[in-house]
Amino acid sequence: MALIEGIFEPGLVVTTVDWVLNWSRKRSIFPMTFGIACCAIEMIATGASRFDIDRFGSGAFRATPRQADLMIVAGTVTFKMAERLRRLWEQMAEPRFVMAMGACAISGGPYHVHGYHVVKGVDQVVPVDVYIPGCPPRPEALLEGLMRLQDKIETRTIAKREAL
Amino acid sequence: MTSSEILELVKQYDADSIVSATAEGLYPHVVIKPQRLVAIATFLKTQPRLGFDLLRCISAIDRPAQNSIELAYDLLSTSLTHTFAVKVLLERADPQVASVSALWPAAEWHEREAYDLMGVTFLHHPDLRRILLPEDWPGHPLRKDYQDIVEYRGLKFNP
Repeated sequence: MALIEGIFEPGLVVTTVDWVLNWSRKRSIFPMTFGIACCAIEMIATGASRFDIDRFGSGAFRATPRQADLMIVAGTVTFKMAERLRRLWEQMAEPRFVMAMGACAISGGPYHVHGYHVVKGVDQVVPVDVYIPGCPPRPEALLEGLMRLQDKIETRTIAKREAL
Repeated sequence: MTSSEILELVKQYDADSIVSATAEGLYPHVVIKPQRLVAIATFLKTQPRLGFDLLRCISAIDRPAQNSIELAYDLLSTSLTHTFAVKVLLERADPQVASVSALWPAAEWHEREAYDLMGVTFLHHPDLRRILLPEDWPGHPLRKDYQDIVEYRGLKFNP
């Protein structure tokens, strides 16, 4: 939740500002360079010219969490890595998003039964917005996941939300 | 040099330390007494006709049925292009053997790996720490009787 969100009375101005904010946010999702296993190869392919993630404004892979909006967890998360992953996520500025890319990041994948060192799903460590299944997922799947994340960003608003 | 010629040289050097040996098959090797490992390794490296200047791998194998942990040192001579292997059998309860990292620097990380995953202690190793797992990890995961952890720093193993 960004600082500006959920504080204004709903109205015409607010919806217009929402539209501009979401329009700009969803078209400039800077991912963090977070390839930690073979899924990273597919993520790199997505960044290269054939699949060209730059079409979505997400080609600027940042090497620091401070400049990143999106953490694509592309690979196997070990117990040793989990702590570092959590720390990097905490260093990201809000609004921040997480994608669990591939079977390992979703559930432990091939290591679910016999991996003595693998966290069974990155959603135990950080909140996940989009799950992309596959082992590894093809670049098309990653782009599909990115589009679903754009849909999600579109629903954000700076207006006060109705109490549930 | 053929494997049988290599084995012959090792026998000439120190026949008493040899437990068993084979020069035939896919994996010619000699099993030696652990106390004599450094002496025989030095011989294999420095003898001009052997010249094993490269340690390719140290494999640790857990054999609960024999109550032992086996270490296999795969050697290669880059100048003479022949290979050979040395094995030692260690007590499973407290596996200890001298480090060969002074001879082959490559051994330093291989031995750390064997320590990390199998719990083999290498004496006189310059820096014997876990190489892959966190420092506070319980047990040695590649042992056959290893039990999975329940949780690690608040993260459940089986959520």
